[in-house]
Amino acid sequence: MANKTATESIDPATTKMLLEARRAGLETVWDRFNKQQPQCGFGQLGICCRNCNMGPCRIDPFGDGPDKGVCGATADIIVARNLLRMIAAGAAAHADHARDAVIVFKEALEGRARSYQIRDEAKLRELAAEYNISSWGEQGGAADLANALLSDFGRQEGYVTLTRRAPEKRRKIWESLGISPRGIDREIVECMHRTHMGVDNDPLHILQHGLRTSIADGWGSSMIATEVQDILFGTPSPRRSEANLGVLKEDEVNIIVHGHEPILSEMIVEAASDPEMIKLAKSVGANGINVAGICCTGNEVLMRHGIPVAGNFLQQELAVITGAVEAMVVDVQCIMPSLGGLAACYHTKFISTSPKAEFPGALRMEFSEERAAEIAREIVRTAVENYPKRDRGRVLIPRERSECMVGFSVEAILKALGGTPQPLIDAIVNGSIKGIAAVVGCNNPKVPHDHGHVNLVRELIRNNVLVVTTGCNAIACAKAGLLRPAAAKEAGDGLRGVCESLGVPPVLHMGSCVDISRILVVAAAIANKLGVDISDLPVAGAAPEWMSEKAVSIGAYVVASGVFTVLGTVPPVLGSPVVTRILTKDLGDAVGATFAVEPDPFKASKLIIEHIESKRRALGLKV
Amino acid sequence: MKEILVRPERCMGCRSCEIACAVEHSQSRDLFRALSEMPQKRLFVEHVPEYSLAVPILCRHCEDAPCVAVCPTGALTQDAISGVVRHNKDICIGCWTCASVCTYGVIGRDRRARVAIKCDRCPDLEVPACVSACPTRALIYGDVEEISSSKRAESALKVARGVAVSSR
Ligand code: SF4
Ligand code: SF4
Ligand code: SF4
Ligand code: SF4
Repeated sequence: MANKTATESIDPATTKMLLEARRAGLETVWDRFNKQQPQCGFGQLGICCRNCNMGPCRIDPFGDGPDKGVCGATADIIVARNLLRMIAAGAAAHADHARDAVIVFKEALEGRARSYQIRDEAKLRELAAEYNISSWGEQGGAADLANALLSDFGRQEGYVTLTRRAPEKRRKIWESLGISPRGIDREIVECMHRTHMGVDNDPLHILQHGLRTSIADGWGSSMIATEVQDILFGTPSPRRSEANLGVLKEDEVNIIVHGHEPILSEMIVEAASDPEMIKLAKSVGANGINVAGICCTGNEVLMRHGIPVAGNFLQQELAVITGAVEAMVVDVQCIMPSLGGLAACYHTKFISTSPKAEFPGALRMEFSEERAAEIAREIVRTAVENYPKRDRGRVLIPRERSECMVGFSVEAILKALGGTPQPLIDAIVNGSIKGIAAVVGCNNPKVPHDHGHVNLVRELIRNNVLVVTTGCNAIACAKAGLLRPAAAKEAGDGLRGVCESLGVPPVLHMGSCVDISRILVVAAAIANKLGVDISDLPVAGAAPEWMSEKAVSIGAYVVASGVFTVLGTVPPVLGSPVVTRILTKDLGDAVGATFAVEPDPFKASKLIIEHIESKRRALGLKV
Repeated sequence: MKEILVRPERCMGCRSCEIACAVEHSQSRDLFRALSEMPQKRLFVEHVPEYSLAVPILCRHCEDAPCVAVCPTGALTQDAISGVVRHNKDICIGCWTCASVCTYGVIGRDRRARVAIKCDRCPDLEVPACVSACPTRALIYGDVEEISSSKRAESALKVARGVAVSSR
């Protein structure tokens, strides 16, 4: 077991920390993964059902045993229902996130959440116009916008508003398939209803609703979250920072913000730069206060403030094992419940802040909009006061840290291009950029950490495919140095020329997972400019190391939006030949895009390049 | 000589062993790819309703194997050293004489090749697939003498504890 690290991660900082964890006898996600081996075949194939108490039921995938559950559900029905539940959970995560952002926005307008201001007035007005808000008095228009945004969640008539951003051809397809999302919450609730015993039992019908729910996520929840966060915290613009565990400081108070919502972390970043707090830090012998991020909370503050990012999903435990973290502050999503036990082995305070999320061994400092700045200061103070408890003999911070350039919001990309997407379109048309790939998603111990991410992205840029990235893939790319303008050297000649003339990296960091909505907006803008549908564009998506239910919802809306998507870890659907066929073939006829599964990043890059070339051919562009 | 021993009291009835057995007997030896091959399992998790228990039943590779004795074509043979009862599908005629005498009912039928199919103890693996797959270690692979001796030591400890307590 001791020397398994080489296959567990391609990131040297991670490998080092993993050796340290094993030396110290501390268990990590990889050890627990090994203890789970072999994992249940029924679960991997998606053919077990626990939706009613006549079960649990499972289907024999090889046809020797039961071919139906107690109620008569076949493997096809069970797999489709399970997938729909995954989409519902993922979409719910984004819906809850978005709703909370809107509530903060509303309370800020009403003067109840005094810590927050409007940072992007222009975006506020543009969004209000999209919501058809004309009266613009005092706070009038903004308050109307807040209410209009909230009404998308419980909408009873019409469709989720921002789906209007999709190209007209795309909306027509959704309409004809009957999958235009109505209210955000409604689609999620309907998933749970349909998968209740004895409701929806046709795999295709079930999956159609899955697409509808996912569209409500991508063009609803996620897009609302992105827009409102930009309004409140500012729209990201290019800036430089650093990534990997080496951003932790030997001589400063280290605070890690981890999870998914910038609502509290924004305040923590502010509190940590307060001269009074810095003075306090100096008084306990530290040189300052260093805030670093993990996962998407990390991406949010990285994009907006250049706060360094300490690592991606699989590195959260390792950050604690550096022994140099005074406080690991978490909100929601992708936070390992193991952190409490691990933090207890060090001086680290594991602080949970969301009213929704409690963890074993966490110190609870619950967030509230009204007292946001105050709570953030309390948290920072707690971290600072914890600094003297750090055991210097146990501190081991790996040296690895890479420079990165981040902050490519749609606005920033347009600005870099001189205000219109035309130069990008020209580069695609003349072939210097072959196409665009969105590479996103989590880490998963089923594949060596970052191996899928980094190798797929490298292969793509080498072949002149511009990569846009969010989430843990973005962090993997940052660590591998692919987010530096200098990484243009690793790109093919065409892409290299474009990047060098614009001074941008060949891999553009567009934000957190909810910011995949930004990618949809870019795709829609290009399609509209050319007067075609998104599915006609030489673009593709990939999630090489995905693990979360959110990723299932994301994958579904990306495909529903017309983008061919390659998954690197196998989704639990293969137990149903029908569902597998729908996802990998039939969807092509319906929405003009399909899923493919390919764990090998080199083969995955070939699939993507072939796809992009076929789209180029169809558009009459040279290949 | 190693045997697969079953500890039914630990069996959860999850059938991971059955899936692993089937996959091990596929060409691809990969769960996802094996689906298109439809390989067959060679052990059976049987439910005993009277006791609400699941009991994995698999070939015992009997030392005096009746299936080997009755096979008219010599398709079933027993390895002198390992004791594994092997089946040669090329000379099997599908007469099912073996199935009628097997005490455990673990001779299956290969529907496509129309021959008998049975546990081969996974000749390519150090530890049989079913044993490695079992999450609760209801299946163990070891030397009968060793397993018995550790069981004896366990029982002895229990008895000794009792004696010590009662003579206190
Ligand atoms: S097939 Fe039946 S009879 Fe033959 S060795 Fe196995 S358990 Fe014994
Ligand atoms: S079925 Fe095959 S293995 Fe069994 S007794 Fe007949 S010939 Fe022998
Ligand atoms: S030893 Fe191998 S062939 Fe025999 S039952 Fe177990 S997995 Fe199947
Ligand atoms: S894998 Fe183990 S627990 Fe599961 S059915 Fe087989 S013997 Fe029982």
